[in-house]
Amino acid sequence: MNVLTSNAVVAVTIGVLFACGLYLMMSRNLIRVLLGFLLVGHGTNLLLLSSGRAGSAPIVGEPGGDSADPLPQALILTSIVISLAVATFLMAMAYRNYQLTTAADLTEGPEDVEALRNAAEAD
Amino acid sequence: MTALLPVSVMLPMFGAALALLFGRQPQAQRLISVGALVAQLVVEIVMLLQVDANGTLVMHIGGWGAPIGITLVADRLAASMLVVSTLVTLAVLVYAIAAGQSDRDATETPVSIFFPAFLLLATGVSNAFLAGDLFNLFVSFEILLTASYVLLTLGGTKERLQAGGPYIVVSLLSSIIFLSAIALVYTVVGTINLADLAVKLGGVPDGIVLVLQSMLLVAFGVKAAIWPMSSWLPDSYPNAPAPVTAVFAGLLTKVGIYAILRVQTLLFPGDSLQPVLLSIAVVTMLVGILGALAQPGIKRLLSFTLVSHIGYLLYGVGLASAAGVSASVFYVAHHILVQTALFLAAGLIERVSGTTMLARLGGLAAVSPLLAVLFFLPAMNLAGVPPFSGFLGKVGLFEAGVENGSTPAIVGVVGGVLTSLLTLYTIVRVWGQAFWREAADAPDRVDAGGGGRSSRASGESGRRLAAARSLPAGMLGATAATVTVGLLLTVFAGPLFGLASRAGDDLMHPDRYITAVLSNTDVGVDPLAGGGTP
Repeated sequence: MNVLTSNAVVAVTIGVLFACGLYLMMSRNLIRVLLGFLLVGHGTNLLLLSSGRAGSAPIVGEPGGDSADPLPQALILTSIVISLAVATFLMAMAYRNYQLTTAADLTEGPEDVEALRNAAEAD
Repeated sequence: MTALLPVSVMLPMFGAALALLFGRQPQAQRLISVGALVAQLVVEIVMLLQVDANGTLVMHIGGWGAPIGITLVADRLAASMLVVSTLVTLAVLVYAIAAGQSDRDATETPVSIFFPAFLLLATGVSNAFLAGDLFNLFVSFEILLTASYVLLTLGGTKERLQAGGPYIVVSLLSSIIFLSAIALVYTVVGTINLADLAVKLGGVPDGIVLVLQSMLLVAFGVKAAIWPMSSWLPDSYPNAPAPVTAVFAGLLTKVGIYAILRVQTLLFPGDSLQPVLLSIAVVTMLVGILGALAQPGIKRLLSFTLVSHIGYLLYGVGLASAAGVSASVFYVAHHILVQTALFLAAGLIERVSGTTMLARLGGLAAVSPLLAVLFFLPAMNLAGVPPFSGFLGKVGLFEAGVENGSTPAIVGVVGGVLTSLLTLYTIVRVWGQAFWREAADAPDRVDAGGGGRSSRASGESGRRLAAARSLPAGMLGATAATVTVGLLLTVFAGPLFGLASRAGDDLMHPDRYITAVLSNTDVGVDPLAGGGTP
């Protein structure tokens, strides 16, 4: 395969998506985690896309023909479905958490201590 | 015979779909779930016998040959892991059913979701063991992880969500690292089929291989809870329902170890990271067991021993010799059974006394002698007291370590012995406090009728005590079965270690796996060759 012939724009976009997404995921706020996960997911999909040869129609079985690689695109489709499923679960979890605590954050401040004590007691 | 491969994945998946369909009939759900897993177990035992007799089974899905299509592969390692994991899953399922039936309250565990999620977890685990390419492995990880998110936050209480949050975020991050690694592997090598990769990675510069290897190891290391990526585990596992914790402890981390074992032996046999792996293995053992020493509750303590003993498995992988890998394979089977049995026993302790905090436990040996035995046997097995399989596995690992002779390997042997002793100490402490001492000696004892430390705790424990002085036969039976199979590992150690050695030997000869996958004997038309449509 063609090593190190990636498009600079694509590379920078992937980097920015990863940076922003991971930053958001470091939060305790589930909505931020969700948004971060979506961004990183897009970054990964783009990374997958850039792993194949680009620029032509994705047809396999034409020896010598000038065609793009269909496999990365198949992989992306699968990975998009998986991200969607996980994002849905995170959304449901954020909603449930909001129902219970009327806050988007998982835990905060002194509540953390309380939660840890409860967890230790429940153990 | 290759049809056995997809069947063992499809059975639990169809079971999950059917169970979802019968969401309003718990009885039907139970029958479907148990039926699917029993059928799966039978299929997998047949598969193991086949594979052991005739060599690796390979199936190319849809008739597309190896580097292009999706391949399912069962070698001795995969087949034996499948049998052990399904055995454990089945035992835990029976345990969960017995617990749910005697509780009669679906408030904590909504039954209609539990069974489909549980079967999907089994699907993901089976598929992970059979996956013949990296992306299929990723997909199976996602199946089992998504099911595990649901199981971990079951009921959606505040505590469960708080415990689930870090676990989910950590798992998502490791999945993203894994997927990125796949993208990079494809960029560099142009294939994601494991066998094809093993061939083509030889032509890739060492530095790039090292980057790919490290990314895969980090991704799998998080799932296997290897130090320093293990701190999520003791925070999330203990808060889940007892059967869920048991099945997670038995299977999820082992899938990570399996992936490491597969990738290390097949793709990266030139062991440039060997000293690193050995060192991390020792630190994982020691950090885990020192954490366990400090725990006041049994479930968290067991979670830490789980992390600690992952170190042994990694140690065998790190040795990268036939003896080391074989011992690791044997130890994986032993550890799945023992750790699950211990968590099931911890669930029984919680049922009997309403808590697993050591400070409040006491006199359990008098209350339930059978439970005492059911905890004692796997506990001694875990610590590696001589006649048990834990001892045999550890001896195998240490022999391989001494044979290796390098400094990290010897340090690993010393660390392993120390960890064993500390495990024994930890377990004896649990035994002494929970089972042996008089109930009245427990410092924070909560009486059955109230008068406890806090009204919440005493109310709950009172309710449970009333409900559970006589433990349901199904729960005891499932725990006893797991313990017994763990003991059978000792009784039949000869033939089983033989199987493990053959599996390890296969792993040290990746050419066998590669030939089996790439020969494409059952593919009629090579889609790329003639230009004809497949």
